[in-house]
Amino acid sequence: MTRAEPLVLGIETSCDETGIGIVRGRTLLSNTIASSMDEHARYGGVVPEVAARAHLEALQPAIEAAVAEAGITLDELDAVAVTSGPGLAGALMVGVGAAKALAVSLGKPLYAVNHLVGHIAADILTGDEVEYPTIALLVSGGHTSLLLVRDLTTDVELLGETMDDAAGEAFDKIARILGLPYPGGPEIDRAAAAGDPNAIRFPRGLSRASDMAEHRYDFSFSGLKTAVARWVEQSSLTPGEGASEASPETGPGAPGGPSAADVAASFREAVVDVLVTKALDACARHGVPRLLLGGGVVANRRLREVALDRAEAAGVTVRIPPLSLCTDNGAMIAALAAQLISSGRRPSTLAFGADSTLPVTEIQISEEAP
Amino acid sequence: MILGIDTSLGTAVAVVDLDGVVRAEASSDNPLGHAEVIGDLLQAALADAARGPLGQTGAIEPVTLTHVAAGMGPGPFTGLRVGIAAARAFALGRGLPVVAVPSHDAAALEVFLASALTDPFAEVPRFGIVTDARRREFAYTVYDGIDDDGLPVRVAGPALTPRDEIDTVLAGFGAERRDAVSISAAMLATVAARAVAAGRGLTGPEPLYLRAPDVTLPRAPKRVTA
Ligand SMILES: [Zn+2]
Repeated sequence: MTRAEPLVLGIETSCDETGIGIVRGRTLLSNTIASSMDEHARYGGVVPEVAARAHLEALQPAIEAAVAEAGITLDELDAVAVTSGPGLAGALMVGVGAAKALAVSLGKPLYAVNHLVGHIAADILTGDEVEYPTIALLVSGGHTSLLLVRDLTTDVELLGETMDDAAGEAFDKIARILGLPYPGGPEIDRAAAAGDPNAIRFPRGLSRASDMAEHRYDFSFSGLKTAVARWVEQSSLTPGEGASEASPETGPGAPGGPSAADVAASFREAVVDVLVTKALDACARHGVPRLLLGGGVVANRRLREVALDRAEAAGVTVRIPPLSLCTDNGAMIAALAAQLISSGRRPSTLAFGADSTLPVTEIQISEEAP
Repeated sequence: MILGIDTSLGTAVAVVDLDGVVRAEASSDNPLGHAEVIGDLLQAALADAARGPLGQTGAIEPVTLTHVAAGMGPGPFTGLRVGIAAARAFALGRGLPVVAVPSHDAAALEVFLASALTDPFAEVPRFGIVTDARRREFAYTVYDGIDDDGLPVRVAGPALTPRDEIDTVLAGFGAERRDAVSISAAMLATVAARAVAAGRGLTGPEPLYLRAPDVTLPRAPKRVTA
């Protein structure tokens, strides 16, 4: 095995994307993603059983497509990598079963890794040297986590995470309240375009002085969700009337009052504000002038804008990998394993399972005894 | 040689020669933990198979697999998928074809072979293989005899029925009840070997879920104001 530049295939099935990535060291060779998002649309959120069924059907074609795109053969691989957790248990198990069998079939070492740390590892594929320590804010439909990364392969600390919904889930739920389709993120972005982000001051969860002792870096979006629902019910905004149709003059809100676009923009602002405020607070208090963003919610234009603006004012450098590496993908899993291999880590045993609540401190799972 | 993998009940892996000689078997009866054990069982079965037919410890010889047999269920979905995913990935790694086998076919063949051991000419009366399907239901498949290819003849199912109705259902088919608490991967691979020899397919590539995914369609958002 070329320890400096190992050729690794990564399998990621923690949520609704079947991701197969192939990397050589820090070089991305393929990032193949099959998403079952469309199948979840009618349910308004990811249905675990639907996701797991889709993974099983997508895996083999995705591996074949990734191998073809990378221009390699499976025999050439130095290792196979897989997400062990956190994520949806039944979905994770499809990837774990496939990864173990592929590794045994090929006689290659297997690395079981942490999904969240994989999101951080995605950045090393951008061809730019990432510097540690860094604060990392990972926001998706499945997680909202604030991390202090001192070293990618040995030292990742969880500073805080969501106490209830993930930020992406909050977008989906508010979209439903506003009568917008799933997934909610892009819909709310579109609806918010014509709105005033300061029209309504929605609550910022866990941001009071009294929250700072226990939950300084934690997130909560359930209060915000309730506040938006209450606002929509009390105004004459009717769910079902897409906010995109609303304009300040003709919107279904009280005459002269905020429109559906204003609600969407104000909601989005509340989410973005609390995410960016806590991330930059972490940078300041830990003396780390670097912030890495990851997760599918990074697709949100307003989040990127506010993060870049406020970080600049705070003297913090922001790294945002391309969106294809921010959403769940197998390349980030392969990239993390490649770094573990380069740092001399032994493979995982074959005895690990799927761990839906795997803590972020467990970067590699079940490393072989020396 | 055929590698058989079934996770419709426990986790079972076996390597069988094309003529049906079992070279290796490794299994766990645990109805959970399929993802945990599948890798070690695969590795153990392949290592054993290299030592010759089951029970012998000859010189290590290469295990030349030609097919991978996948138990397609019915069975609890989460575990079932682990074995199918493993079978497909293993086959992909070696460039082998996957033979999809209804898991009950393996249990049925076992019934016929056991009967033939005691009396080669005995007629096996029509029977139903019955396995756990969770949620107070059983999965069953009714078999009647074995055909010229040596494959059990399915006459009904696989299908689901409430547990307290299984006896009535099987009586309706005139079938004896045969509960299976585990599926033998060696039997599964043997069924696959016979199907390959006969040039027949046994089931499609889809797992035999028999149940639509459990989903609740979203209701209108709950009111938060009185
Ligand atoms: Zn993720």
